[in-house]
Amino acid sequence: MSVVRAAESLLALSQQEELEDLPKDYPLSPSEDEGDIDGERKHQKLLEAISSLDGKNRWKLAERSEASLKVSEFNVTSEGSGEKLVLSDLLGPVKTSSSLATVKKQLNRVKSKKTVELPLNKEEVERIHREVAFNKTSQALSKWDPIILKNRQAEQLVFPLKKEQSAFAPIEHVLSGWKARTPLEQEVFNLLHKNKQPVTDPLLTPVEKASLKAMSLEEAKMRRAELQRARALQSYYEARARREKKIKSKKYHKVLKKGKARKALREFEKLQKANPTAALEELEKIEKARMMERMSLKHQNSGKWAKSKAIMAKYDLEARQAMQEQLARNKELTQKLQVASDSEEEEEGAEEEGELVPDAVNEIQMDANGPNPWMLRNHLRGTGEAKVRDPEKLPEPVAHEASESEEEERPGAEEEILLNEFEERRSLRKKSALNQDTEPVSRQEPKDSSSKEVLSELRALSQKLNRENQQCGKQNMSSTRTVPAVQREEPAEVEEEPLLLQRPERAHTVEELEELGKEECFQNKEVPKPMGEGQQSERNPNNQPGTPKEKKRKEEMIDLQNLLTTKSPSVKSLAVPTTVEELEDEEERDQKRMIKEAFAGDDVIRDFLKEKREAVEASKPKDVDLTLPGWGEWGGMGLKPSAKKRRRFLIKTPEGPPRKDKNLPNVIINEKRNVHAAAHQVRVLPYPFTHHQQFERTIQTPIGSTWNTQRAFQKLTMPKVVTKPGHIIKPIKAEDVGYRSSSRSDLSVVQRNPKQLSIRHKKQLKKNSVD
Amino acid sequence: METAPKQGRDVPPKKDRLQAKKKKPRRYWEEEATLTAAGASPGPPRNKKRNRELRPQRPKNTNIAKKSRISRKPQLPRKHRERRNTEPQRSVSGAQDPFPGPAPVPVEVARKFRRIDKSKKLPHSKSKTRNRLEVAEAEEEEISIKAARSELLLAEEPGFLEGEDGEDTAKIRQADIVEAVDIASAAKHFDLNLRQFGPYRLNYSPTGRHLAFGGRRGHVATLDWVTKRLMCEINVMEAVRDIRFLHSEALLAVAQNRWLHIYDNQGIELHCIRRCDRVTRLEFLPFHFLLATAVSETGFLTYLDVSVGKIVAALNARAGRLDVMTKNPYNAVIHLGHSNGTVSLWSPAMKEPLAKILCHRGGVRAVAVDSAGTYMATSGLDHQLKIFDLRGMFQPLSARTLPQGAGHLAFSQRGLLAAGIGDVVNIWAGQGKASPPSLEQPYLTHRLSGHVHGLHFCPFEDVLGVGHNGGITSMLVPGAAEPTFAGLASNPYRSQKQRQEWEVKALLEKVPAELICLDPRALAEVDVISLEQEKKERIERLGYDPEAKAPFQPKPKRKGRSSTASLVKRKRKVMDEEHRDKVRQSLELQPQKQEKKAKPLRARPSALDRFVC
Repeated sequence: MSVVRAAESLLALSQQEELEDLPKDYPLSPSEDEGDIDGERKHQKLLEAISSLDGKNRWKLAERSEASLKVSEFNVTSEGSGEKLVLSDLLGPVKTSSSLATVKKQLNRVKSKKTVELPLNKEEVERIHREVAFNKTSQALSKWDPIILKNRQAEQLVFPLKKEQSAFAPIEHVLSGWKARTPLEQEVFNLLHKNKQPVTDPLLTPVEKASLKAMSLEEAKMRRAELQRARALQSYYEARARREKKIKSKKYHKVLKKGKARKALREFEKLQKANPTAALEELEKIEKARMMERMSLKHQNSGKWAKSKAIMAKYDLEARQAMQEQLARNKELTQKLQVASDSEEEEEGAEEEGELVPDAVNEIQMDANGPNPWMLRNHLRGTGEAKVRDPEKLPEPVAHEASESEEEERPGAEEEILLNEFEERRSLRKKSALNQDTEPVSRQEPKDSSSKEVLSELRALSQKLNRENQQCGKQNMSSTRTVPAVQREEPAEVEEEPLLLQRPERAHTVEELEELGKEECFQNKEVPKPMGEGQQSERNPNNQPGTPKEKKRKEEMIDLQNLLTTKSPSVKSLAVPTTVEELEDEEERDQKRMIKEAFAGDDVIRDFLKEKREAVEASKPKDVDLTLPGWGEWGGMGLKPSAKKRRRFLIKTPEGPPRKDKNLPNVIINEKRNVHAAAHQVRVLPYPFTHHQQFERTIQTPIGSTWNTQRAFQKLTMPKVVTKPGHIIKPIKAEDVGYRSSSRSDLSVVQRNPKQLSIRHKKQLKKNSVD
Repeated sequence: METAPKQGRDVPPKKDRLQAKKKKPRRYWEEEATLTAAGASPGPPRNKKRNRELRPQRPKNTNIAKKSRISRKPQLPRKHRERRNTEPQRSVSGAQDPFPGPAPVPVEVARKFRRIDKSKKLPHSKSKTRNRLEVAEAEEEEISIKAARSELLLAEEPGFLEGEDGEDTAKIRQADIVEAVDIASAAKHFDLNLRQFGPYRLNYSPTGRHLAFGGRRGHVATLDWVTKRLMCEINVMEAVRDIRFLHSEALLAVAQNRWLHIYDNQGIELHCIRRCDRVTRLEFLPFHFLLATAVSETGFLTYLDVSVGKIVAALNARAGRLDVMTKNPYNAVIHLGHSNGTVSLWSPAMKEPLAKILCHRGGVRAVAVDSAGTYMATSGLDHQLKIFDLRGMFQPLSARTLPQGAGHLAFSQRGLLAAGIGDVVNIWAGQGKASPPSLEQPYLTHRLSGHVHGLHFCPFEDVLGVGHNGGITSMLVPGAAEPTFAGLASNPYRSQKQRQEWEVKALLEKVPAELICLDPRALAEVDVISLEQEKKERIERLGYDPEAKAPFQPKPKRKGRSSTASLVKRKRKVMDEEHRDKVRQSLELQPQKQEKKAKPLRARPSALDRFVC
């Protein structure tokens, strides 16, 4: 069916085409036979129509053709001849055959006339114009960008922009233009002139000037020579420094460093002999340097050197060792300073210092030997002695730190040597401590006799020990660490300790044990944790700060029981209230109190814990249970849905952040949000900020006058834009900001341009269409 | 609300800024030296000479030459202009500032005024944001420097008491102090013998100029205690439980047996507030104009806004009798002590306590909070006196057992702690300004003629007022008070006109009651919860997250490189990288968990365990 219909339509179409084609074809090929063409064309049309039957309804452009040779303006076909038509064939018989004259003419025309490109369509042209216009405009406007940016970032904008220059003149100028007129003024000026007082500028009287210039020739020469010398010296020094800086030899630097260190040591020894207080200051300086180093953490393995070594460490034993040394050094530098040193050490220190420090210093030291010097210092607070002794004690901890460090790797050479000295002493001390049983002589000797031989001997020994130290670095370190720690066990907090360390003997009830058992406090059960971190670390000296154990304990819950039942030392007031004075025996009272407390406290704590538990429960987000009893299984009285099912249908709410009072047993902190206050808080982040913390930082400074000085307040509350009332604010001009030409004209040119262009273009288009 | 020291006046900083341009002082040899050097020396180039002095110098030669020329011919107008440009600071007298530039500010002092906590690390910010942050930080620094500079104006120094060698300051009696000090200060120590009307409660006005006291048997009086001028004296014919000045000395709240009454400074009863009955304790929050009243029988804590006369909140403490109350001057939170050993912290915005701290095993007898809101002292029936740190953790810092528990506690402005123990007043002092009072040794002790019933440190005067059975005692406590008062906030010498103006200003700056919370700085934080909620809603509304990072789209590469396989590979790479980041982050969180897991692993049951027992 469809084929038949298609064929019908095709026929109709071909007839129609025929009719249409007739008038078109005539002017182009007037001389040819018409019937022939018609037949051919019809044939072609038919072919096309048939080819379009297969669905691809493609209409080809109707080609213009001629009967015989088929030359058209645009196309040359060679359909009739059956072979390819070449241009030369056409040119050849020009003279002979006159019938081809027209063709030739046509061809010439074709040749002579350059082909005009197809004009762009309107949209494209417009687009191009738009682009050009945009580029120009944006270029013209882009010079305003910095100004706009500046104005946006400006703290304050003042309008109108043109400011009148305030007539500002310094007072001298005002004075110079001023003349004495009244008699009184004249008189005054006369007086001034008489005394050669400067009236306007020459600021100094001639006499003063003369006195300033009055420097004898000799003096001037001397000064000049001095200056020249200084300059020359400086230049020498600079040159030398420059030269030395260029030297890359490692060995040279090593030697230099050692030399420096030696020199520093010598100087220090000299200083010690000459001026002990200055030496102490020096020591303090060293200590400070060490602290700085500790803070800067130079010795971590993140440096360039360390990184390179880390690469090498796999293959090179030495490099590995160097790395380890570095790490050990870092560890020891980051170790916290041990503040309290025990009396034993003190003693030893005193002995050694006996060699180096004059007696005056030593005496005080000896005085301090008995009880804990730190405690003693408290008593002697304000007295001069304590002040003198104080800085002396500081270097002691340095000795601990320095003892394990190696000699080669140390950066500060001067320090190193001083530290070495301490190390010597330290190792000496340690040795004596170790050999206490075997050779007690060596320990006592330096005390009673200041014989230098023994000392030198000991030094040699200590050096030997040192070498050993280096070899077995790690073991040594651990041992040295423990030594001071152990020694520190008896810091003389004699007065406080027994009271503090008393444990409550009362047994817990089972319930409480259950509650509290989860969070056991290990060693420091006696001491309430937050009683000051510093104190505490002293009290349990076994815990080195910074160890993982310590860290873990921090997260541990504080034992509430201990917190409240801790015996706090009682105050012995000078004036005891009258009623109490009548009470005779303190011990009795103590006992009474203890009994009372033992019975009173229990329920208070239990109640509080219960309350806290309830509060925690209430604040927890509730899980949603969607189990339907009886679905998929039997339901009824006494039957519960299976555990599996319950688990499946229980929607657990995500746990919120941990409670603030999680580790604080004696506190319940309300976690509810204060909605009234929240209404006053900012809830939208303003534009350039992407995170609330960023914005918070910008609003942390209060701007009210209560918290700021008047001027700061004024600056903070300065209006962003200031206008002058009654003045016209004109738009900004190029001249205002220092540009030469007014940008306005630029802009207008750009704006006018597109119109012109489009007009021109239209003309062109017209022309094209005419052609 | 935060009671930072008010920097009332300012140094004229304009002058300072101008001085910044000034050049270094002229030395007497300089001119000569340079001239000679210019004449003769073929030595090393001079401008390379290093500057040994710390102060910045200009290149010498040109400057001095110019100067000398000017001094020779000052008439030339051109030169004048030049000079104006180069050295505008030259004064008529010719004296030059030997220390040019603004005075250096000690870093520690400036740090005190720093507000931005730089320890917190910010997420990465874009350049525009960074600009804003930088501006804010620079501003803050400038302001802190300004504030530090005006510290100079606080010329007054706090008093102190120091014993001779080894002498205990607690042994120094009031009489000794009175003998030692000047007459004006000595006059501040006095006793009022008022045996008739029972134990007294007392209160100083916020300026420290006026004293109000009320006896158990109805005696109420106010006086200008410095001049000892009596303002009013009445008998209310009812038991007086507590007495307190309102925002100024003109108004006085008295908690009487039945109701709360408000009197003016002439003793005229202005109000009788019947909604607050049987009040035991009063506290006034000056920045909020709130009078907090604790009601004993019903156990209610009521906030009364005295500026509008409305009850803002009535909170049920549910803890029985309330007769221990104090305010935290830093954040205006009310602390209530209870009989079960807890102290609860209240704000009118919340129906429940903000926090509850278990302090004692017996009931709490007295609570006091220091002016910076850092420390809280409590004493309980277990005879202990404890000092708590209020900054987040609420943990005891130190504790002492007193022979007889302290019934009354008070902190002074500079952190001295006074405790009334029976008929003795003990005062402890700390080491520094911001340190808690060390309870080891009392700083001062004083015995009174009767049992202590009220304690209050006088603001801006080194005086402690003690109300007791036998009347009122005004003790001298050197170093108790801030030596400088803020002239605009609480001026003891203000006239009536000034007071009225201050009143208007204070009312304008009244802080809404609902802003009271534990950390007042939290108000300067963004409300993250609603922010996130809003964001979520927006995403829901739009159907996509406008701020979400676009998924990675590999850029087309050159011909031949952009095959589908390579595109997929590149995509994969980015995806893996992101995944790795995520894993890394989660690993960072994990170690604690792993540690927990590691414990049981160590004690892993072995097969041989069954043979052990």
